Amino acid sequence: MTAVSAGQLLPWLLVAPLAWAVIAVLIESRRGALTIAVHAIGVLLHVALGVALYTSVARSGPAAHALGGWSAPLGIGLRADGLAVTLVLLTAVVSAACAVYVMTTERAAHDADAETPRYFWPLFWLLVTSLNGIWLAGDLFNLYVGLELLGLSAVGLVALGGSETALSSALRYLMAALLGSLAYLLGVALIYAAYGTLALPELAELIAREPLTQLAIALMTIGLCLKTALFPLHGWLPPAHGVALTPVSALLSALVVKGSFYILFRLWFDVAPEAVTPLAAQGLGVLGAGAVLWGGWQALREPKLKMLVAHSTVAQLGYLFLFFPLAVGTGVSAAALATQGMLLHLVAHAFAKSAMFLASGTLIAAAGRGGVADLAGIGRHMPMSLFAFGLAGVSLMGLPPSGGFNAKWLLLQSALASGQWFWLCVLLSGGLLTAGYVFRVFRESFVESKDSQFTPTPRGYDWVALTLAAMAIALGLASQAPLSTMTSGLRVMAGGT
Amino acid sequence: MNADRLYAYVGVVLFAMAMYAFLTHTHLLRRLLAFNVMGGGTFLILVGLAQDGRGPDPVPQALVLTGIVVAVSATALAIILLRRWFALSRSTALPEDQS
Repeated sequence: MTAVSAGQLLPWLLVAPLAWAVIAVLIESRRGALTIAVHAIGVLLHVALGVALYTSVARSGPAAHALGGWSAPLGIGLRADGLAVTLVLLTAVVSAACAVYVMTTERAAHDADAETPRYFWPLFWLLVTSLNGIWLAGDLFNLYVGLELLGLSAVGLVALGGSETALSSALRYLMAALLGSLAYLLGVALIYAAYGTLALPELAELIAREPLTQLAIALMTIGLCLKTALFPLHGWLPPAHGVALTPVSALLSALVVKGSFYILFRLWFDVAPEAVTPLAAQGLGVLGAGAVLWGGWQALREPKLKMLVAHSTVAQLGYLFLFFPLAVGTGVSAAALATQGMLLHLVAHAFAKSAMFLASGTLIAAAGRGGVADLAGIGRHMPMSLFAFGLAGVSLMGLPPSGGFNAKWLLLQSALASGQWFWLCVLLSGGLLTAGYVFRVFRESFVESKDSQFTPTPRGYDWVALTLAAMAIALGLASQAPLSTMTSGLRVMAGGT
Repeated sequence: MNADRLYAYVGVVLFAMAMYAFLTHTHLLRRLLAFNVMGGGTFLILVGLAQDGRGPDPVPQALVLTGIVVAVSATALAIILLRRWFALSRSTALPEDQS
């Protein structure tokens, strides 16, 4: 068999999910075994493509492809380095898990002659397409298109619930997403006016520290922070992630918010390290610290289970922003440690949070109501779901052995190496708050209660959540290989700033 | 001052005015219209600033065409959600904006 090069694989990661989105629209009115089989094939194909691309790039280095043979500036250039392909693989795995969860629901509903929400699958495949489009984009404008498509499909998925709260949350999410992308686009306009190109590698050569560039980067940063729900711009996130259908919440918290963060990372550290200042990085770090503390506190006080997990996402996104003050204006070793810690946290959080949302959804389906207090007595009936919730919690808290622990350990070492010990206090109190809200769920679950009734749930739910949680833990035992792939070739690792 | 630079300045004024409207109004349709005016301002800046003193440039024009398609799709989605929200709640503003 002749080996397919990574460059030839790249367009298929956009074409395949887009094709399945079209197929999904065509077979939307059908239900049952046929749709499940069609989407199972799509999911398997997507995971296979993701694995092939990852192994190819991990073995033989970065790849690029110009769609249709048209090169930049008019054509669409795709490129894949170690970080991009790791995120492609992460997207494939987490979205596959969520798809299996939905298939389990559809099969159970088919057996019981019940309705399932329509139009999930087309939006699901569009979401996957736009995520791959962002990870693999080679210029600032395609990142904008990816960002908009991601926002629109995510808003559609939130609205699927159809209730009044689902619609108001979707509208609020849409307004934030539109404002964020316009701020980003305005920044793109200023960059193009100043440098006459938007291709990332060319810009990286050209960009200088001057006021207009810094204004552009500030605008793009504000827009992307709004889309990543950085405190205090996070108001839209908890209702949207809390009210959505369970697998949608998992996709949104695990992957969608990472899309805009990824663009921010590329912008600051690949494209314009010369133009960003340590002061701005400290500002982002302070907001991140605010997110860790405020999100954790809100999660502690939240009466509803899924809203609790959504507030936890706000807090965990805060850790990603602690990376900026550790990597801008510090030494090479501190910046390298911080980059490793941040990227590992991003991946570990994707696994842990999707597992936690899926487990919470299963617990709510069993209890019939969504309050944390409604879980009283569930420990006896749903040990598997609670175990998955707990494993995910271990990684979020940062207890060893887990991906979350290794990530926070690396961030902590970076804070010590750069002499910024005050970030340690944030890391530690964030961990305590996380422990607080995870144990709160456990305390309620093990309350003995004679009169509570629980509906049995499909076995598949627990297996999906457990697999994802186990991956978050496994990432703690084998961090080295994915980390060396993700960080290979990144400018920040060589002390780019 | 040449025409291209004038377009860019008009774009800045439009963007600022529409952003003010977007942030202060509670009526969702008004906010949606404000978003569209903001988009128009951004497109004027994108083309005007890029062509200022350099003559016609096809790249920003292609970008703006794509941007218009994206803005139309976003507006369509917003209108559908808005109509459904109005049918369910008989309200034109989000719950936390109603006072």
